[in-house]
Amino acid sequence: MALLEIKALNKSYQSQHVLTNIDFTVETGEFLSVIGPSGAGKSTLLRCINRLVEADSGEIIFNGENILKLGRKSLRKERANIGMVFQHYNLVPRLTVIENVLHGRFGYKSTLQGMLGVFSEEEKERAFYLLEKLGIVEHAYKRCDQLSGGQQQRVGICRALIQDPKLILCDEPIASLDPHSSKVIMDYLKSITEELGITCIVNLHQVEVAQSYSNRIIGLNKGHLVFNGPNRQLDSHYIGEVYGMDTRELITV
Amino acid sequence: MMGVAYIKRSKTGRINIKIGNKVDYTLKAIIWFLGIVTVAAFLVFDYTGFHLTSALKETVANLQTMFLTPALTHFSWSEAFYQVGVTLALAVLSTVIGAVIAFFLALLSAENLSNQAVAKVIKTYVAFIRAVPTVLWVLIFAIAAGLGSTAAVLGMLFHSVAYLVKAFSESFEEVDKGVLEALRSTGAGWWQTVVHAVLPSTMTYLLSWTFLRFEINFSVAVAMGAAAGAGGIGFELFMASGFYFDLREVGFITYCILLVAIILEVASTQLKKRYFPSQQ
Amino acid sequence: MLADQTRLSRKWQHIFLLIIVCCFTWIAIEMVQFDFYQSLLSIPTAGLWMIENLWITAETWREFPDIMLKLVETILMSVAATTIAAFISFFLGIAGSTTTRRNGLMAGLSRGIASVARNIPVVAWALILLLSFGQNSLTGFLALFVGTVGFLTRAFMESIDEVGLKSFEALTATGATYFQVIFKAVIPQALPQMLSWVLFMIETNIRSATLVGILTGTGIGYTFDLYYKTLNYEAVALVTLLIILTVIVIELTSNRIRKVIL
Repeated sequence: MALLEIKALNKSYQSQHVLTNIDFTVETGEFLSVIGPSGAGKSTLLRCINRLVEADSGEIIFNGENILKLGRKSLRKERANIGMVFQHYNLVPRLTVIENVLHGRFGYKSTLQGMLGVFSEEEKERAFYLLEKLGIVEHAYKRCDQLSGGQQQRVGICRALIQDPKLILCDEPIASLDPHSSKVIMDYLKSITEELGITCIVNLHQVEVAQSYSNRIIGLNKGHLVFNGPNRQLDSHYIGEVYGMDTRELITV
Repeated sequence: MMGVAYIKRSKTGRINIKIGNKVDYTLKAIIWFLGIVTVAAFLVFDYTGFHLTSALKETVANLQTMFLTPALTHFSWSEAFYQVGVTLALAVLSTVIGAVIAFFLALLSAENLSNQAVAKVIKTYVAFIRAVPTVLWVLIFAIAAGLGSTAAVLGMLFHSVAYLVKAFSESFEEVDKGVLEALRSTGAGWWQTVVHAVLPSTMTYLLSWTFLRFEINFSVAVAMGAAAGAGGIGFELFMASGFYFDLREVGFITYCILLVAIILEVASTQLKKRYFPSQQ
Repeated sequence: MLADQTRLSRKWQHIFLLIIVCCFTWIAIEMVQFDFYQSLLSIPTAGLWMIENLWITAETWREFPDIMLKLVETILMSVAATTIAAFISFFLGIAGSTTTRRNGLMAGLSRGIASVARNIPVVAWALILLLSFGQNSLTGFLALFVGTVGFLTRAFMESIDEVGLKSFEALTATGATYFQVIFKAVIPQALPQMLSWVLFMIETNIRSATLVGILTGTGIGYTFDLYYKTLNYEAVALVTLLIILTVIVIELTSNRIRKVIL
């Protein structure tokens, strides 16, 4: 059975369609890229999956349950199974790296435990283990705002990994990073899928990055799904479809 | 596992996730300090003639009379309208004259436009004036000029100037250094630099600070009417509450003041939205 | 061309604004019969008078302990009013902020409370409360408290909006509950800014407390009023000087604290 199945998903903001009849499935262990021009609805699509944005209609079957029908408690449980990595890292800048990583455990705690910041020794050791894996353990007690962008994004990945998720959603994870850091982050994401078997859905706007890292690519244009296939199938014809005919000449990858 | 070397543990062997720093200690210290002072305050308060239950009951009843049945008894609608006008007039005068004076003083006290020593002197002087509550200025001027609008405007003017000099000079100091240098290198004089570089890039800030001060001056003018005999709606409020004990009139006057204040606030947010859309 | 046109219309806008301001000023002058000439004259007169009369004599120092007592009462009142107002505003701010609001009704309510509390001047609150609470510290305390709630709620909402949105989203995505997100992401990040506003309000409230004191007969304001009305100008000078010192010390202290925490 597929890990994630999206059927006839629709979303509009004030009568403007952002997503129109989106259908696709994602298998366990896939590394899927979503490409498209800005404003195509990539970000909204990702946020519909963990309901940071409420979809208007359709179905999102994750882990055998329809996410859109879940009550508050079960939604929380499923959100704990879905990690998320953001373009601007979305850490709490004034807190330490280790505190930010441990924020990923809130989904498993009672409100009071979370508010008091009660974490078990195993959780803390796991956090250190993950920081070491991503090569930033020496910064564990630094405040996040003292770290470079690439380092902050690695903290963001640790926060997602400590959730023990089945799926990680990455919203433009490298859009604010320099080329070197971008490569480091993409390599880590790729190894997460390959070594830990965690499924990744990554929004990207660089077609060449999508082609070199993913198993499969989805192309969005103005809220419509215009491409869905293995990365080698994405030729210049489809790139034109995704980015629109006018810009075809500009995207000669 | 290599990461172990970086783990810090407390005395009991648990892993730390916070590491104390100066900022956190300061924040905690402030919160504790404020809490303790607050408790101390309630211990030393003077509770003369205060009974909690009756005071609360009375307040609720009074507020009901005031705000649910507002009415005018000692003067007419047109009179009320006129008194609001007087209060607004006091605010307008002190703000407009204050802004003009503050503009020149601020030019002299902006560190990138003026002599360091002069700037320092003006800034210290202004800080000193700001530290005195407006009502004390008004009362002190009242001895020399007599109670009334002149003393009120002068007293409010002092405070407005002090406030605006600080705001204006900070805006001036934010003007891009490169722009000033570019103009100076073309041989432009001091006034030319001010008119062609400083003013265009700070005008909207100056206007928005001035309008903000106008908002403040309106409530100051109400206060001066009540506490320093400056007339206007504030004085009527003082008379209604302290002299006639007419709750319904107090309610009516409060509504008048609230209405004007809200109109001013909405106007100022609209102005900000228009001139500083990026900050919204 | 277009740039020229907008510059031209800008220029007209400014001239238009200037004319309006001039009109208003003129109306204002007529309305309160403000006399420029007399007021210009009265500044040096007032200055001279201040130099002649506002001398703190040895005799005045005998009043010093009494004055200090009232001053301390005023400071305590301002701090207490600000602290308790901050506590209330904290919840109102969270309920009203665009980032952390949960339902429109609560948000509208908290914004409404803040707006009314802020826009009715402190003096009006003092006079309203005086009617039922009588002449004691609590009246002054409550008047300052209400105004402060109005101001701080708006300031807190802005502080929360400024810092909160991104981490709010990220923590919600991990499955954290609303209160976990508030206490572990939003508050830690917004706290320094919020405390900076609290310090600002303490400064402001000490100045307002003088005014409120004159009306409600409490604290340093009452002392000032008493000496002023009995023409004891030496004592007036001493009171004024002490108020200036207090405000400046508090301003300098909070500036230093701000440098550390922001």
